[in-house]
Amino acid sequence: MIEACRLVDLPPGESVRVSAHVPIAVFNVDGALYAIDDTCTHQDASLADGWLEGCFVECPLHAASFDLRTGMPTCLPAKRPVNVYPVHVYDGVVYVDTPPTEGVA
Amino acid sequence: MRTIAVVGASLAGVRAAQELRAQGYAGRLVVVGAEAHQPYDRPPLSKDVLLGKATRAEIALLDDGEVARLSAEMWLGVRAERLVPPAGALVLSTGSELPVDGVVIATGGVARRLPGARGIRGVHVLRTLDDALALRADLLAGATRVAVVGGGFVGAEVASSCHALGVPVTVIEALPVPLSRVLGERIGAVCADLHTDHGVDLRCGVSVAGLVSVPDGAGGRRVTAVELSDGGRVDADVVVVGVGMRPATEWLAGSGIAVDDGVLCDAGCVTRLPNVVAAGDVARYQADATGRRVRHEHWSNAAATPATAVRNLLAGRTVARHAADGYVWSEQYGVRIQFAGQVDPTGEVRFVDGAPADRRFVATYHRDGAVVGVLAFDSPRLFTKLRRQLAAIHAR
Repeated sequence: MIEACRLVDLPPGESVRVSAHVPIAVFNVDGALYAIDDTCTHQDASLADGWLEGCFVECPLHAASFDLRTGMPTCLPAKRPVNVYPVHVYDGVVYVDTPPTEGVA
Repeated sequence: MRTIAVVGASLAGVRAAQELRAQGYAGRLVVVGAEAHQPYDRPPLSKDVLLGKATRAEIALLDDGEVARLSAEMWLGVRAERLVPPAGALVLSTGSELPVDGVVIATGGVARRLPGARGIRGVHVLRTLDDALALRADLLAGATRVAVVGGGFVGAEVASSCHALGVPVTVIEALPVPLSRVLGERIGAVCADLHTDHGVDLRCGVSVAGLVSVPDGAGGRRVTAVELSDGGRVDADVVVVGVGMRPATEWLAGSGIAVDDGVLCDAGCVTRLPNVVAAGDVARYQADATGRRVRHEHWSNAAATPATAVRNLLAGRTVARHAADGYVWSEQYGVRIQFAGQVDPTGEVRFVDGAPADRRFVATYHRDGAVVGVLAFDSPRLFTKLRRQLAAIHAR
C-alpha cells in the first residue's frame, strides 16, 4: 500500500501521478477513486494527463481510451489493458494497493 | 458488395480494413500493400526506430491474431498498377487482375528526393521502415556529420535522433524560420531554438545547390558534402532529405478518378465514383462549405478518415462527413510538441501558460479574436483541455 495524496488534493475530475513500482495514475470520478498504470500501453504517454470522461480516460497523445474500472482499452490505438489497483481512503489520505490486480479480460 | 480492395497497407489502409469489418462488411476483403513488411506505424521511424529503441513487433499495427480476425487477404509486396474504370478491377504488379466492387485508396505518398541524388550512397529519405533501417545502419557505420535537408517535423526529429546517437548535425532549412508554415513564425522560432539549444547547426533561408560526391571504390559514388545556395558548404557523409512527400496517385491514371495533389474527394472522402473512396495522406477532401479541399499528412488524419470513408462506401453515397481537428505531435530533443486546429499567419499568438524560454508552455492562436489553434511544449494536460474546448467550439 502506498500513499498517493490527501483526498482534498484530488477533487472530482482531477488526477494525480504516483511513483510506485511503475508510475500509477489515480483519478477522482465524481467521488469514486480509481487507480491504473499511468503509462499508456500504446506509446509512452502519461494517462494522468489524459482527458477524463465518466469512467474513461483518453490518452493525451493518441486518444486511446481506457476503462478505469477494468483497465481495458475501449478503442485503438491501444490494444493491451493497463493494470488496475484498489484504492482506499483512511483519515483523508488516499492509498493505492500494490501489487497490481491484473486487468480483467 | 462481394469484393472490396483496400489499396495501401499502412495506418489508413489497416484502419479501413478494420472499419469494414466493424461496420458489418462480410464479403471478400483484400488489402494490397506495396511494402513487403507487415503493416507498421510510421511515427516511430524517425524516433525510436532510428534510435534502436523500438522493435518491429512494437511498431506493428496488427498482430497475428488481429490479422486472422480481420479475415482479410493481405497481399504484401504487391503494388496496384492500375484501376480499370469504372472501378471494376485492379491490375497488380504480379500481373494478375482482381475484380472489385469497391475500393479504398490509401496509398499514402512517396518521399520527395533531391534532383541529382539518385544512386549516391549516403543520401537518404525517411518514409518507410526500410528507409529508417538503412539510415540507422549508415549512422552507426561511423558517420562524422549528418546534413538534414528540411527543418520540418521529420527533419527536426531526425536531427534530434542523430544528436541523441552522438552524431553532429547540420539542419538546412529553406525558410527563414523552420516550421513557420505549419506553426507560424513565433512558434517556429522556438522550434529553431530547440536545435541550437543542443548544439545542432541550423542554417535557415538557404537551399541545396548540389551534392558533392566521390567514387566509393565499388563503382558508385558516395556523398561528402552539401553545397548551399548562399555559396556555403556543409561537409557530411550522411544526408537525410526531409522535404515532404507527393501523394502516390500515378497508378490512378486513366481510372476516371480525379487527381490533383491527391485523390479529389467530397467531404465524406468519396471520389467521383461512389464505389471508390480515399483515406489518409492521399485523400484531398472538401474541408468546409466553401468547397476548399485539404490534404493532411498527419497520423491522426490517417487514423480517422477511414471510418468516414468506409461508412460512405458501404452506404453507396455520402452519408457522413469527416471533420478534421488538425492534431499533430512531434518529439524533439526530449520535448513533446502538440498542436491542434489552425494557424493564422497574421493572427495573434498568446502564451497562456509557461514560457518559451523554459521550453515548456502552452500557446493559443487567434483569428478575429477567436481561438483557432492550440500548441503546447511538454504540457499535455492543459493542451488536451484546450484542444477539447476548441473542438467543442467548432462543433457548434
